[in-house]
Amino acid sequence: MNDSATLDESRIRSAGAEPHADAPRARAAERLAGGEFSTVGDVTVPDPIFSCRHVNVYYGEKHAIRDVSIDIARQEVLAMIGPSGCGKSTFLRCLNRMNDTIPSARVTGSILLDGRDIYDRKQDVVQLRARVGMVFQKPNPFPKSIYENVAYGPRIHGLAADRVELDEIVHTSLQRAGLWDEVKDRLSQPATSLSGGQQQRLCIARTIAVNPEVILMDEPCSALDPIATARIEDLIDELRATYAIVIVTHSMQQAARVSQRTAYFHLGSLVEVGPTERIFTNPRHRLTEAYITGRFG
Amino acid sequence: MSSMSEEGKPVRRPRTPRETQELVERSLRRRYGAERRFRAYGLCAVILGIAFVAFLFATILAQGVSVFRQAYVQLDVFYDPEVIDPSGTRREDDLRLADYEALVRTALRAEFPGIEGRRDVRQLTRLVSSGAAHELQRRVLANPGLVGQRERVWLLASADVDLLLKGEIARDEIGEEGRLSEEQLAWIDTLRERGRLELRFNRTFFVNGDSREPEQAGVRGAVMGSFFTLLLTLILSFPIGVAAAVYLEEFAPRNRWTDLIEVNINNLAAVPSIVFGLLGLAVFIGFFGLPRSAPLVGALVLTLLTLPTIIIAARAALKAVPPSIRDAALAMGASPIQTVVHHVLPLAMPGILTGTIIGMARALGETAPLLMIGMVAFIVDVPSGFTDPATALPVQIFLWSDSPERGFVERTSGAIIVLLAFLIVMNTAAVLLRRRFERRW
Repeated sequence: MNDSATLDESRIRSAGAEPHADAPRARAAERLAGGEFSTVGDVTVPDPIFSCRHVNVYYGEKHAIRDVSIDIARQEVLAMIGPSGCGKSTFLRCLNRMNDTIPSARVTGSILLDGRDIYDRKQDVVQLRARVGMVFQKPNPFPKSIYENVAYGPRIHGLAADRVELDEIVHTSLQRAGLWDEVKDRLSQPATSLSGGQQQRLCIARTIAVNPEVILMDEPCSALDPIATARIEDLIDELRATYAIVIVTHSMQQAARVSQRTAYFHLGSLVEVGPTERIFTNPRHRLTEAYITGRFG
Repeated sequence: MSSMSEEGKPVRRPRTPRETQELVERSLRRRYGAERRFRAYGLCAVILGIAFVAFLFATILAQGVSVFRQAYVQLDVFYDPEVIDPSGTRREDDLRLADYEALVRTALRAEFPGIEGRRDVRQLTRLVSSGAAHELQRRVLANPGLVGQRERVWLLASADVDLLLKGEIARDEIGEEGRLSEEQLAWIDTLRERGRLELRFNRTFFVNGDSREPEQAGVRGAVMGSFFTLLLTLILSFPIGVAAAVYLEEFAPRNRWTDLIEVNINNLAAVPSIVFGLLGLAVFIGFFGLPRSAPLVGALVLTLLTLPTIIIAARAALKAVPPSIRDAALAMGASPIQTVVHHVLPLAMPGILTGTIIGMARALGETAPLLMIGMVAFIVDVPSGFTDPATALPVQIFLWSDSPERGFVERTSGAIIVLLAFLIVMNTAAVLLRRRFERRW
């Protein structure tokens, strides 16, 4: 861990991101840990839905996210890429406060959703998660019927006045998730009887049934075959018209296919942000270039 | 394949594929042998276990099955108004106090007209249980119109007659104290020839409470005592145990206090049950002044006893629910309590029920703590509530197995059969319940 940190930071220095080129390595590492390292590229967007500034996450002693600042635009797909353990999932889980479930996790800095800090004492977590939905790496439908899976969110949030309205929400959600035609005749069957790709689309349908503003996706296709992956990617493209989507992915091709902006994370730091096309064709940072050209990762 | 060089170091030449094959084959043989042996050990263990269970069931059934039949004497009883109600008031109190034994005596003498003399008459009446008079009393009180009528009724025979008919005592055991005399044997034979004495279904065993007379002793009191005790134990320990487990597993912070609580719960599960009995005696009876011998106190003590079991099992079941389900529910915006109630608990319920049934089965078989709180008393009346004095099935078995009368031997086994049946009914209910929960998804 430490070895690779020094290695990377030497790369950062040689890339010119760190101006103190002749500072001793130890001091450079300190700065990196202290958050003096600045992200390459423009982290801001006009009228962002999420605005994160100087976010640090600690798991006990471990400093998992180091001074990350980034905006997330409405109606855009932001892809977060980076090698394993770089903190992209951790950062994603900060956005709907799923990190709250980990007792040792501590978050500092500010994350504003529509201008309001979601880590504010007055912020209701339940309400936040209704606004910021999440799709997980492994499809995790509830062990209930397909209908119940989609109806659960609207039901607990009281979104449907009666059964007819609930049926309608379930119908439109499944349709938007591109699953309706496959499951319309077996809504009462257990969700676990679906295939992996179908289960993941059901999870997406379940998320959009609550009508959130942002959808977080944590490697949604890593457990799926290429055909199911393609369907999910098409779906993400369609959903972009309505929602802001943040997707964590290990696949650079996927990031290139579905996202408009890409953020490259490395060892808890946000190294580079920019339009996806630019990141993949003309990365400015040595680390980004090394990662997308497959030299490590 | 390796030879020693001059320094003593083995020099190897590379093995040919064929040699490797042979080696693998040899090791395979060894591995299969080990596997077969292991399977044989397992099979032996299972067979041994089954053999013991079969032996247990066989002996208990062999000894206890006879309890379901009981010797009854059929008598023509004349409900003599002169005896039952000389004043003719037909008041219940008068009917209750009448000399029903005289009616039995008269009916018996009518059966054997030749018998005179106090000694012979006493010997004759000894063929019939003292419970026979109670039976006649019960009939008259239930239907006062019987007074003045004749009726042919099956009345309980005495324990000795019962044992003789079942072959438990030999005919040549006569003359001993309390055993049958020559004359009695002759009367018994006569009654059997006339079809007036036979083994019939033993209703008494299932409707009576305890008694000093084996032929009148029944398990009803103990069954009801156990039923009330366990019902209350379940009502108390299931919700408390599940709530404690849910709190500890899902909500409590992980710190020194919760660690301490966890260690204590695990230790409590290993505390000898009699200690809980002493605690119940001191706290519930001594301090709170609850009634002695009552299912209420028994249930409180057994609740303390089963709680650790239920909590530990429920925590394990909750822990086994995949975290992805919790994440899914929380990410949907479910509150922590909704997550638990809607998703985690239903998934953990089969495991929780298994733990509960293990705890309840232990509570059902528990004797020692009940001795401490007085549920060992000799109680004839069938309890009808949580505060009536009562005993429990295992305590009843203990009491009967301790009784000198020979008739109690089969009662003991019979009560064990009832206890096992109780247990099987309980477990079946739990299995059905569990299957229902599992089928939900």
